[in-house]
Amino acid sequence: MTELDQGLSAYRQMALIRDFESRLPRFAEEGLIQGSTHPSVGMEASAVGVSAHLRSGDTVASNHRGHAHCLAKGADPKRVLAEILGRVDGYCQGRGGSMHIDDKQLGILGTNGVVGAGIGLATGAALRHQYLGGHEVSVTFFGDGAINQGIFSESLNLAAIWSLPAIFICENNGYAQSSRLSDMVTDTNLTNRARALGVEASRVDGMHYWSVSEAARRAVEKARKGDGPSFIQVDTYRFLGHMAGDTEIYRDRDEVEKWQERDPLRILEDDLISRLGVKEETLRSIDEEVMRQIDEAEVFARESELPDAHDLRAQVFAIGQRGGADA
Amino acid sequence: MTALSENSSTSTQRTTTIRRALTEALADALEEDSRVVLIGEDLTKWGTGGGIYGVTKGLVNKAGSHRVRDTPISEEAIVSMGVGSAMTGLRPVVEIMYSDFLMLAMDPLVNQAAKAHYMFGNQFAVPMVVRTNGGGASGKAAQHSQSLETLFAHIPGLEVVVPSTPTDAYALLRAAIATDNPTVFLEHKAMYNVRGPLHKSIGELGRGRIARPGTDITVVASQLGLMKALEAAQTLWETDRVDVEIIDPRTLVPLDMGIVEESVQRTGNIVIAHEAVRDFGWGGYIASEVALRCWSSLNSAPRVVASKQMPIPYSPVLEEQVLISAASIVETVRHVLRSTHD
Repeated sequence: MTELDQGLSAYRQMALIRDFESRLPRFAEEGLIQGSTHPSVGMEASAVGVSAHLRSGDTVASNHRGHAHCLAKGADPKRVLAEILGRVDGYCQGRGGSMHIDDKQLGILGTNGVVGAGIGLATGAALRHQYLGGHEVSVTFFGDGAINQGIFSESLNLAAIWSLPAIFICENNGYAQSSRLSDMVTDTNLTNRARALGVEASRVDGMHYWSVSEAARRAVEKARKGDGPSFIQVDTYRFLGHMAGDTEIYRDRDEVEKWQERDPLRILEDDLISRLGVKEETLRSIDEEVMRQIDEAEVFARESELPDAHDLRAQVFAIGQRGGADA
Repeated sequence: MTALSENSSTSTQRTTTIRRALTEALADALEEDSRVVLIGEDLTKWGTGGGIYGVTKGLVNKAGSHRVRDTPISEEAIVSMGVGSAMTGLRPVVEIMYSDFLMLAMDPLVNQAAKAHYMFGNQFAVPMVVRTNGGGASGKAAQHSQSLETLFAHIPGLEVVVPSTPTDAYALLRAAIATDNPTVFLEHKAMYNVRGPLHKSIGELGRGRIARPGTDITVVASQLGLMKALEAAQTLWETDRVDVEIIDPRTLVPLDMGIVEESVQRTGNIVIAHEAVRDFGWGGYIASEVALRCWSSLNSAPRVVASKQMPIPYSPVLEEQVLISAASIVETVRHVLRSTHD
């Protein structure tokens, strides 16, 4: 793929994720989304920059802010949105919701409601890839908050001693919910922690698509060759609140606006136009196509049925009984 | 049937220990299915070469260090890797050195493994077995002696196995490895040397057995509770001419309530005897189910005998006072049979 092709493809995916995620607060206001939904507006370059280097057999374990990871790996926006709205056509038939979206065919091991949990699952998937002797890699996305979970240290250490094909992507958006990273660690250069555990680490500007992509390319290549795990600190920012209803009293508007000036979509757009000679109308027509695609997803999800409760407890187990004496 | 007799299978019949039966189950599973891997702490080099109680002894020589893997002391990551590798197609058998340490891995077990199949709309099975040992009677004190099976049985989506004979240890471990569901396989640390015949077959989860046939009262018991119940039954027969029927559920999830119901309909009385503490335990759960299902057959209120509601103390004279005993089962059975309403 030429740089131009990759850039245009990335722009399309990032625009799609931007449009998709930007609509979620409205669904919440309409009362169509129950519980917690965490949009990733502003962080698109991370999911897209990493996924650019993944193949179909590769696996991704995501976190609570995970719609972008799924969409970048190829998930159908119709079915992702239907799941977020708790509809029968969602990836999990409405059983999972925003924090539990998966697609086995695409190697998506789920978004996850427990901070850091995907890191351990991805380490297990990496063990599987290594054990079976193929060239698949295991990727996990998590936030800066997750690095203070025990599973982070346990997993990176294991990946290092066993040289597992695991790629740990830490999306540092500066806040664990409302807690500033610099209040929760003494060293905000998280690569030091990863290196201390024996994992090669790099730190990139997460608002710059090409920086993320290049770091991910190297990490994926290394893992595919059997040369072990990598950690990438992707410095980024979420433009919206942690979730619907976030008062955002923990950060200043100035700070948000300062980061919005470094919008990853605009940075990529400028680069495509100025360096790679893309016409602005090309990008605007991509914007329109993407908008139509998400319009369709919205219609699809809104029209999808709510799940039927008659088989409510079916498949609690993969095989056999439903469990419980009243089964 | 007696305590240690089983439905026969075609293969070799010989006497061995629960420990050896477990080792053979793992060896056979490793040999028959290349997706099986063993993951845990000190599996290959501890003691005489295999795990805290020697269950994995010799397996690394047969299957290789890529399949029998010594890990760092990282329980949460060990079980997480079990879940992640099971979701992607392996059949990991994870060993946690003591069930007490499984408390460090409750997220991957409870929030990930137990939920994945349902929560993700049937896309992912989690064919993981977590092998560990529970129970006391070993002088290992409060953090190495608990009977925590009820915690796991309380979580929808987990299967819980509690074998008490070599044949069951073999057959149920093979079944746990074969099933697509996540399973907590609880061995009893004081019972690894229990001997009995070994009939090799792949068992069925969710089928209890009559460990001792009787006519006057049903006692449901597993593992150390079962050992004590067998002892109590002997005493009750010799001194009171009371004929106790003992049911070993073998698995708590799925639970074979049918065999319990059928027994209570014949005996009219039931005591559940377990080593786990009584409050909010599985004994109380069976008692309530029996009250609902067998009300018209019952001559007395269902009762639970259990260990005392407290941490396990170290000193043997203290531990003995806390754990379930044959004497407490005898006493409870006598009390129940004095309290019948007919």
